[in-house]
Amino acid sequence: MLVSELKPFDEILHSLDGESTIFLLGCHGCAEASHTGGEEEVRAMKTSLEEAGKTISSWTVLDFLCQKALIKTGLQPFKGQILASDSVLVMCCGVGVQAAAAAVDTIIHPACNTLSMGGAQGEWRGSERCEECGDCLLDFTGGICPITACTKSLINGPCGGAKDGRCEHQPDVRSCGWQLIYERLQKLGRLDKLAEIHTVRDHAKAEPPKALRSTTFWALEQAKE
Amino acid sequence: MRLTELFADDRFVITSEAGPPKGVDTSKMLEEVDLLLGKVDAFNVTDQQSSVMRLGSLAVSSLLKQRGAEPIFQLTCRDRNRIALQSDLLSAHVLGIENILCLTGDYVSLGDHPGAKPVFDLDSVSLIQTAKTLCEGQDLAGKELKGTPGFCIGAVVSPGADPLEPQVIKMENKLRAGAQFFQTQAVYDIDQFTEFMNQAEHLDTPILGGIILLKSAGMARFMNRNVAGVHVPEHLINRMEESKDKVATSVEIAAELVRGMKDMCQGVHIMALGWEKWVPDVLARAGL
Repeated sequence: MLVSELKPFDEILHSLDGESTIFLLGCHGCAEASHTGGEEEVRAMKTSLEEAGKTISSWTVLDFLCQKALIKTGLQPFKGQILASDSVLVMCCGVGVQAAAAAVDTIIHPACNTLSMGGAQGEWRGSERCEECGDCLLDFTGGICPITACTKSLINGPCGGAKDGRCEHQPDVRSCGWQLIYERLQKLGRLDKLAEIHTVRDHAKAEPPKALRSTTFWALEQAKE
Repeated sequence: MRLTELFADDRFVITSEAGPPKGVDTSKMLEEVDLLLGKVDAFNVTDQQSSVMRLGSLAVSSLLKQRGAEPIFQLTCRDRNRIALQSDLLSAHVLGIENILCLTGDYVSLGDHPGAKPVFDLDSVSLIQTAKTLCEGQDLAGKELKGTPGFCIGAVVSPGADPLEPQVIKMENKLRAGAQFFQTQAVYDIDQFTEFMNQAEHLDTPILGGIILLKSAGMARFMNRNVAGVHVPEHLINRMEESKDKVATSVEIAAELVRGMKDMCQGVHIMALGWEKWVPDVLARAGL
């Protein structure tokens, strides 16, 4: 299971600075089980954001947001509300946030930090997309993770090593993650997101208790005979 | 001497490079430095350049200081975590090193130890911020330092990057993080450099244009294929190819580039890669 926790409300509110109409997106999968993105949490987020002066255009909770192929269909009935919103707040793991960002051309904000994938990679299996860093930066990077998309996991913009949009390491198979981020933010008209300087990562957050890092099989192995 | 003092005096600043050897025989490197002593203002000391394991930049920076040459201690984020980087910065200060240059660092696979663990705990922006924090008397954990170091903090930028905009945005962030001057990747195209300088004009920070002495047409083609952000135009490659006297042509091209850049920027950074003895000729022909 992909374990997530809600970001502090102030951090979520800060990510919505300058935006008034928000669409809320939850997930019936692991996020519901983590109590971060099920219907109950989405309704609570709606109330909190409305109290903070935001308008919620609409909301929905889909099955498995990390299943990129299916969420486009799931979001189709809400297309109008999404397009009329300033942004979408996604309440689930980092894979689901990236799948949502890949599905809709609007600003996507993560509401959660992903603590553990429990040995899984979600339902968007093309490649590893979330490293369970526990301090999700997808808000600043247009929904493309710099930790997994950049070979060096740089969080403050591109190094000077990319050539023709390819990474200096294994250029035949790796795009420059920061070029993808730049192109995405440019398309959304939000290059201002790159002006934020990120101080050092807290690697302690990436080391959750062993139980969170493992699959249910681990729990079974630990069970006393 | 900090480079910031030279910029404050409106001096056109000239820096060059010292490449630590693989091993402990420093004689050739120091001879190359001696050739330029008094002719350039400072020497960058590279940090495991191209991810190839060599003698360390901190030790060589200290050797240069003892010799009367002004070092610019290069640090990359590839090989050390935040504990080691902060510690090396404190060490640099007690060894009398006053100028530093903060870089991300090439990936480990580019060098001769491709199986090494890549660190990248910090990045160039947060390393600059870290150096500045130390200069303010604190470490990254917020703990107070006993005695405060002081550095002139440099950074790099690649004017030939495509797209250029993310480089300029990152440059702004480096500046806000505490960078006090910039050195650029090698420039061979003055029009491209002019475009970069126009985009960076609002930053109002000293920029040293980078120059690598061309040794042959083959080297130029190699850089075009393999070095990010470097583009040697075809007409320069042809001049090197047709030249009967490669050194003379190389010096001539470098001098033209310096002349082309010098009214736009605050200095030049000349990387001679073993051709140090021709650098004074370049400077003379460029009128410096």
